[in-house]
Parts: sequence; structure tokens; C-alpha cells
Amino acid sequence: MFEPFHYEFFVNGIVAAGLAGALTGLVGVYIVLRKMAYIGHGLSHAIFGGAVVSFVMSINFFVGASVWGVFSALLITVTARKRTIGADAAIGIVTTASFALGIAIISKYKTFTRSFDAALFGNVLGVSDGDVLALALVLSVTVCTIFVGYKLFLFTAFDSEVGRLYGVPTGWVDIMFSLILAATIVVSMQVLGVTLIAANVVIPPIIARMITNSFKRMLLLSTIVGSSCGIVGIYLSYYIDVSSGATIVLVGSTLFVLALMYNIIQARRHRIWSHFRKKPAITRIPFSSGKL
Amino acid sequence: MLHPLPHSPSYIDPVVSIESLTGGYNGELVLESVDLTISHGDFVGLVGPSGSGKTSLLKAILGTLDVYDGRVLVNGVDASVRRPRVGYVPQLETIDWNFPVTVEEVVMMGCTMNSPLFPWVTGLQRKSAARMMEHLGISALAKRHISDLSGGQQQRIFLARALVGNQAIVLLDEPTSGVDIKTRDDIMHLLHELNHQGITVIMTTHEINSVAAHLPRVVCLNGRIIADGPPSKVLTTEILTETYGGPMPVIHHNGMAIVVERPHRFGYHARKGEDQDSAGLEHQDIV
Ligand SMILES: Nc1ncnc2c1ncn2[C@@H]1O[C@H](COP(=O)(O)OP(=O)(O)OP(=O)(O)O)[C@@H](O)[C@H]1O
Ligand SMILES: [Mg+2]
Repeated sequence: MFEPFHYEFFVNGIVAAGLAGALTGLVGVYIVLRKMAYIGHGLSHAIFGGAVVSFVMSINFFVGASVWGVFSALLITVTARKRTIGADAAIGIVTTASFALGIAIISKYKTFTRSFDAALFGNVLGVSDGDVLALALVLSVTVCTIFVGYKLFLFTAFDSEVGRLYGVPTGWVDIMFSLILAATIVVSMQVLGVTLIAANVVIPPIIARMITNSFKRMLLLSTIVGSSCGIVGIYLSYYIDVSSGATIVLVGSTLFVLALMYNIIQARRHRIWSHFRKKPAITRIPFSSGKL
Repeated sequence: MLHPLPHSPSYIDPVVSIESLTGGYNGELVLESVDLTISHGDFVGLVGPSGSGKTSLLKAILGTLDVYDGRVLVNGVDASVRRPRVGYVPQLETIDWNFPVTVEEVVMMGCTMNSPLFPWVTGLQRKSAARMMEHLGISALAKRHISDLSGGQQQRIFLARALVGNQAIVLLDEPTSGVDIKTRDDIMHLLHELNHQGITVIMTTHEINSVAAHLPRVVCLNGRIIADGPPSKVLTTEILTETYGGPMPVIHHNGMAIVVERPHRFGYHARKGEDQDSAGLEHQDIV
């Protein structure tokens, strides 16, 4: 049971997974409520291209991926705000092209394939102290930002158009969040895998939303759910020898199904109970009386 | 009709003055040379067809419409220079009712920009939110989720949010759309009451007979201002026909103007009766 904890890499991996899960869960609340899930998907794919290119050009991974991530995040947010026809198509093309570029480079130089398996699908092995540190740093900055700008985030997520009429700088809030999302993707790529990060951004908030009606509690719950999925998932990944990104998403999906069943049972029990309660008398007005 | 007391705008101090405003979105004109002066204590209804720029005119007063010519002054200050202290109630249809917020949290949003980078609501803000909810009769619902309420109560939440910062002007976008007759009358009563307490009310509506006809002042809009005045002067066949770009016969009944909805005639009988268009209306009734 505790055997894997003797390995340092595993301790690193499990801490990283817990942090990455918490981070994606927290950021995901805004992304999901603001209906920006597609940005998570696009951005993660775009950043993968940047990561591979920076690897080929032997630039530090974090630096290369971050620069590319910030650039794509700004581009996507500004384009998405225009809401002209073709904006989302343009985002789709640019981000998948970036992803394809990364894949093309990897398959050209076969020697990379192994080291990029982790970036694509996530891997417990090879999580360094630096990765854990970067995750901890981004998580603390994110928590502080959300704490300080709490009211601005709440209003923008609830109704950005009216928020703007109330003076909320909704454009800046959106840009801030896509930058946070970009940073999240860059630092959790190693554990969650680019192809599966988007799922980790979406699943914990949805589970949290099914359990609570409060924004504050949703932030907290989603963070906890994300973190737990990360920890349980990576543990499983070690035992069944499957990429960690996949096991984490599968654990999240299982939790989602459980939450769904809980909701259905709750609703049904409610109905059964109300069935036994005394029914109010219904005043019937006969149709045939002709006059009232 | 909706409220026994007459309202009393003071015509000396205009709170909103729109001077030959031409504005729109991304270079496309929506409003052209609009002139409108609204005084303290006014209660104005904006009517006009869909796409006529009613919502855009409200946005212009809030300073978020692109202004190409002219200007909008709120309390003497250009609205696009400094955000005016004006409450805004959006159309309820645009609200995401699934969003996880309580009534109280929504009302508190009205204070967001008083201390934008301060995570907590101050005691003062909490008190004024509580007072406003009390005033609008929704304090018992403070902790409820926004979707668990009736249409009239939902309208009150957003009205409370608009007024929580002691705003003296409130703009409402179609506050009576999609609610039943009783709720509509409740909302209109509430607005008249607020107006009597000195709040300037500007609202848009599509309901001419049941809402606009009972307001002290009606403005007809279709890209520009077609008419402006008390309903008895404004709600006439000519003006409404010009506003809506189609026949809008008006009859007068007990001193009240009523727009007559013409029966829809489809199919075979419609063709047959084409020549007697305003059939069924007595000509001396039409103003
Ligand atoms: N955000 C926007 N960007 C671009 N054009 C817009 C925007 N909002 C409105 N318009 C355009 O401005 C015109 C006026 O719209 P507006 O919403 O002011 O009409 P309205 O009178 O409120 O209509 P309705 O009765 O349907 O609410 C319309 O032609 C609309 O297409
Ligand atoms: Mg409108």
C-alpha cells in the first residue's frame, strides 16, 4: 500500500498531481461558468507546439512554453471577444496547427518520442523538484488573484455584459484568466498531459456544481475534488501502469457518475416523500355547470 | 391607473441630457441625432420596434455605446468620460439562472466597483444591501438560490442590485416581459412607488396598452426619436404607424388610448378580405 512512497519520484509525482488537480479545479470554476471551456482545449494544444519548438531550439521548457502560452492566450481571448463569424474557427485552426507542428517535429526526430509521451498523456515518472515548485508557485499566485479579485470574477462570470455596464473591467478579467489558464497548462502538462488537461479543467467544477448552489463553496469543492482526483489517479496509474493523465480523468469521470446518481436519488427520494405527505384539497369546478 | 398619485418631475434640473447623439456599434449607426432631456423625478417609457435602439439608448446613458457625434450628459458630466452612477436592470431573459449565486450575492454585486480589489463586502455595503432588500420585500429570500423565486421576486433582486449604491436614476430593459398580468402590475406599482420617492425611472417596453399608456411620459424610438410626451399626445395612429412602420390603429376609450390589435387573417379568407383592410374598426374611433 505505502510501498511506492519509498521512491522519491513517486512522492514528487503525487504532490505534483495533487497540486495540478487543485489548480485545474480552481481555474476551471471560472472557465466553466464563463463558458470558456473551448479556450482550455485550444490553449493546451497550442502550448504543446510551443513546448516542442522550445525543446528543439534547446530553450528552457518553462520559458518557451510560457512565452508561447501567453501569446496564444492573448490572441485567443481578443479574437473570441470580437465574436465575428469565423473567430472560433480561426482559434481552432491556429491552435490545432500549433499542436500539429509539435507532433510533426516529434515524429520527424524519433528520439523525442519517449520524452514527449509525458507531455502528451502525463507521466508520474520524471516529475522533478522544479516541476513541483513551479506548480506550487502558480497555485499560490492563482489563489491570491482569485481571492483579491473575487468580486470582479464573480460579476464577470455571472453576466459579463451587465458587469461592463456596472463598470467592471471585464476585458481585463478575461485576459487575466486566460493568462492564469496558460500558466496552469504549462506547469501541469507533465502530470496531466496536454491532451487531457481540458478534461481536468471541466470535470471538477461540474461535480462541485452538482453538490452546491454557492459560488464560494463551488470554488472550494472544485479545488478539493480536482486535488483528490489527481492524487487517487496517480496512485492508480502507478499500480496499473497507465499514463497518469488518463487515470486522473477516469477517476474524475467516475466521481462525476457517482455525483449524478446521488443527484438523481436525491430527487427521487424527494418525490417519494412528497407522495406520502398530505395532499392539499383541490377545488374542482365542474365543466358542465354552464354558469359560474 | 397604476398608482393614484401623480408623479412630479421638476423640470429645472435635467439629470440626463442627450444632445444630438449619433452612436452605434463598430461603426454601424444605431441611433441618429437623438435629443432627449430627462429631468429629476421623471418616469419615462421607451417604445419602438425590435432593433430600434431602445437597449442601445440605455447603454448610451451608461456610457458604453460608441458615440460618433453629440454627447450624453448625466448630472452634467459626459457619460463616456466618467461612468455615471446609474442603476441598470437587464432583461431577465438574459440571466443565467443556473449560475450558483444567492439573492444576497446578486444584490451585493451592485457594490462591486465601490471597492473592486477588496474580497469582502464591507459592513456598510452589507447594511445597505439588507436595507434595499427589506425595502423591496425580498429580505426573507436573501439566502435562496436565484432560480427558486417567482418572476416578480426575480425582478426585485435585480432592481435591488441596481439601487443598492443609492442610485437616483434606474434604467430597466423590458422589466415586464415574460411575466403574468398580476406580476406585471406589481412591478409597475413598485416602480411608481420608487419614482414617488424621487428616483428617476427610464424603462423600455413592448406593451403599449398595458404599460406605456399608464406612464407619465412616453418616447417613441426608431433609430431616431419620433415622438416624446404624455401618452395622450404620443399614442396616436400617425405616430405609432411611423414608429413601427406598419398600420397601428389607435382608438380612444374612456379617455385612454388603446392600440387595436388587428386580427391575423391567413389563408383563403385573408385574400378575400384584402380590400377592406381596417375592417371591423369604426372610422370615427380612429384618431
Ligand atoms: N453588441 C452589439 N454589437 C453590434 N450590434 C449590436 C449590438 N447590440 C445591438 N446591436 C444592433 O443594434 C441595433 C439596435 O439594437 P437594440 O438592442 O438597441 O434594439 P432594441 O430596440 O433594444 O430591440 P429589442 O426590442 O429587440 O430589445 C440592432 O440592429 C442590433 O443588431
Ligand atoms: Mg432591447
